[in-house]
Amino acid sequence: MEGIAQAQAPATMEPAGGMQGFVADWSSDQRAFKNVSWGKAMMWIFLLSDTFIFGCFLLSYMTVRMSTTVPWPNPSEVFALEIAGQHLPLILIAIMTFVLITSSGTMAMAVNCGYRRDRARTAALLLVTALFGAAFVGMQAFEWTKLIHEGVRPWGNPWGAEQFGSAFFMITGFHGTHVTIGVIFLLIVARKVWRGDYDTGRPGFFTSRKGRYEIVEITGLYWHFVDLVWVFIFALFYLW
Amino acid sequence: MSTASGPLDGIPAAEVPDVELYHPKSWLTKYVFSQDAKIIGIQYSLTATSIGLVALVLSWLMRLQLGFPGTFDFITPAEYYQFITMHGMIMVVYLLTALFLGGFGNYLIPLMIGARDMVFPYANMLSYWIYLLAVLVLVASFFAPGGPTGAGWTLYPPQAILSGTPGGQDWGIILMLASLMLFIIGFTMGGLNYVVTVLQARARGMTLMRMPLTVWGIFTATVMALLAFPALFVSAVMMLLDRLLGTSFFMPALVEMGQRLNHEGGSPLLFQHLFWFFGHPEVYIVALPAFGIVSDLISTHARRNIFGYRMMVWAIVIIGALSFVVWAHHMYVSGMNPYFGFFFATTTLIIAVPTAIKVYNWLLTLWRGNIHLTVPMLFALAFIVTFVNGGLTGLFLGNVVVDVPLSDTMFVVAHFHMVMGVAPIFVIFGAIYHWYPKITGRMLNEAMGRLHFWVSFLGAYLIFFPMHYIGLLGVPRRYYEIGETAFVPASAATLNAFISVMALIVGAAQIVFLFNLAWSLRRGRPAGPNPWNATTLEWQTPETPPPHGNWGKELPVVYRWPYDYSVPGAAQDFIPQNHPPARAAE
Repeated sequence: MEGIAQAQAPATMEPAGGMQGFVADWSSDQRAFKNVSWGKAMMWIFLLSDTFIFGCFLLSYMTVRMSTTVPWPNPSEVFALEIAGQHLPLILIAIMTFVLITSSGTMAMAVNCGYRRDRARTAALLLVTALFGAAFVGMQAFEWTKLIHEGVRPWGNPWGAEQFGSAFFMITGFHGTHVTIGVIFLLIVARKVWRGDYDTGRPGFFTSRKGRYEIVEITGLYWHFVDLVWVFIFALFYLW
Repeated sequence: MSTASGPLDGIPAAEVPDVELYHPKSWLTKYVFSQDAKIIGIQYSLTATSIGLVALVLSWLMRLQLGFPGTFDFITPAEYYQFITMHGMIMVVYLLTALFLGGFGNYLIPLMIGARDMVFPYANMLSYWIYLLAVLVLVASFFAPGGPTGAGWTLYPPQAILSGTPGGQDWGIILMLASLMLFIIGFTMGGLNYVVTVLQARARGMTLMRMPLTVWGIFTATVMALLAFPALFVSAVMMLLDRLLGTSFFMPALVEMGQRLNHEGGSPLLFQHLFWFFGHPEVYIVALPAFGIVSDLISTHARRNIFGYRMMVWAIVIIGALSFVVWAHHMYVSGMNPYFGFFFATTTLIIAVPTAIKVYNWLLTLWRGNIHLTVPMLFALAFIVTFVNGGLTGLFLGNVVVDVPLSDTMFVVAHFHMVMGVAPIFVIFGAIYHWYPKITGRMLNEAMGRLHFWVSFLGAYLIFFPMHYIGLLGVPRRYYEIGETAFVPASAATLNAFISVMALIVGAAQIVFLFNLAWSLRRGRPAGPNPWNATTLEWQTPETPPPHGNWGKELPVVYRWPYDYSVPGAAQDFIPQNHPPARAAE
């Protein structure tokens, strides 16, 4: 695979930009997305499909919130914490959001280092991203515990519509699962980067295929997506 | 080592796969846990056919009850509902979707676009095994306490999870929902493969507008499935929560057997919207691959280029897009704002335009063609007729005022069996007769094929034509037995018995087909590489059946579209896609 990219690169053609370039790419042979590898294309299309899953979850939540006849609990109050005698609405959620968005920043830095073949820094940044992700999941677990102690259940809660608990546990649970899977992938990729698998061409355990540094970017795509979804959950569930 | 610094500097060539081809070393990795799309396609097809046979037997049992009510003691009302539910779900999801996309998609896409394999063979392998697991979970529900769910294939809540419905408070509905979720996960792994393979792994010269319509149909259907299945996945999750944790997503406050249930404030309509947001595209997920395959069958066996290739491609894409905005035409009687009914009726009828374009183009392809009435061609022609018939009754049901009285009658059953049951099944048969020689290297027996065709074709009409009439009389569907009513004449019962006998005969005729499949494997006439003189790439492989990697040393290069049949001045009446212009006159 090495060096072929250069050898086969068209020497003369300057890719056309804008609409013309789009049409040229799509009417060409071999690849519709010219510089996009198979793995990256797959991740993008998967994320599109996943968007529909989260879209359906959020639309369903909004529908039951409107269809229920009982008043909806006030999220600002439910998700408030008493810290040092201060009543702070949504404080934990704000911290969680901040942590997750920060992790997107470290992820982007990891991708950058990965393409510079900076093994140590890539691995370190991936690890930091995973830690932020784990912290997010940890805070979510804390939030769940607190709510469960206060009597919130998927089938009911002390303050109003029972769909509040159902939608809350389902949507944050599904998103939390995504974050957890992301953390696991980040750790696996960090280990492989650290060990130099992508330099030595060591085959993967399951697939027996060589990996490439590009996997850092692909994992990053997934990670940014999970972040973006959180922004919508934050806006539609906590702020509404 | 690689010195490239960017993701990919320049554009990689088709000869350089992004993912290495895996070379299996043992029998187990070659044929069982295979990563070769062709083997996976065959595994998908065999599993789908097996579970399809279960659904066929269920339809026999249903017909026995409907045709001869009160005769068969072993069919209780609860079992009848279970048969209906499982028959519908198996046929739509586990047979048709799996066979068209998992079976034909896996086998044909890499071969037709000139790739060595799918782009992610490992995920592709997982896709099959998860599908198999989904099927096993589904089958397990037959043996679970309380039996499979009897909620009807649409699984409408609240009845789906109430104790009055078979399997509602037992294992049935749980296993069904779990199985659907597994199916969707497995399908997503495969579906991503099909889409990325078509977009990013085509051979040199294979532009999108040179792809056979089969690939276009499967590709568009897969994209749709990746966007439609999420709605089913989400509704399955929520119903599972309603059933297991007692949440109330779909459950309003209700009283069951004099007892007030612990549900409140949910929306049953929400489920219907989610279900049909999946369910209507699902119709076209099944139909579009059929459209594509039938175009290729007709063109090949009529020795004519397909009429209006670009129109055909765009019609496929437009049908795919439109099918996402028509779902509520399944819900005219569910209690919607009448203006919504108007909107959805309009979009539904607009779909008739690209569909009609396709039908006209098939007919114009046949026009003055050199028609070979081979078995695949017979099935292709039967598809056109059946699809038009089913489509015409679709125009009835797409209009709100006509649909309301016809809703939930046997007319609906007849309509969708014609249009998305019988018609795509005919294409599947045609496709198997067409591609079996490539898969096995031997032809299927022609005489048995013709017998199978005529019994199936005429039989399907004898089953479903009278069913329209019964529906117009007002016989409701999903009724275990209608007994004596004022509005249904006694003759309907006679007709029902007739339909049942026909259904048994048509079902039995499929044994001929299965026997043919097994018999021809060893005793069929050797087919050679290209028995139909077809132009598409899968017939140009160096070996038949194609080995692992498909193409030997060199990937094919494509010089022309896939429909160069009967080109004036050419030496043969077909020019394969990989023949350079200079060789065309040879």
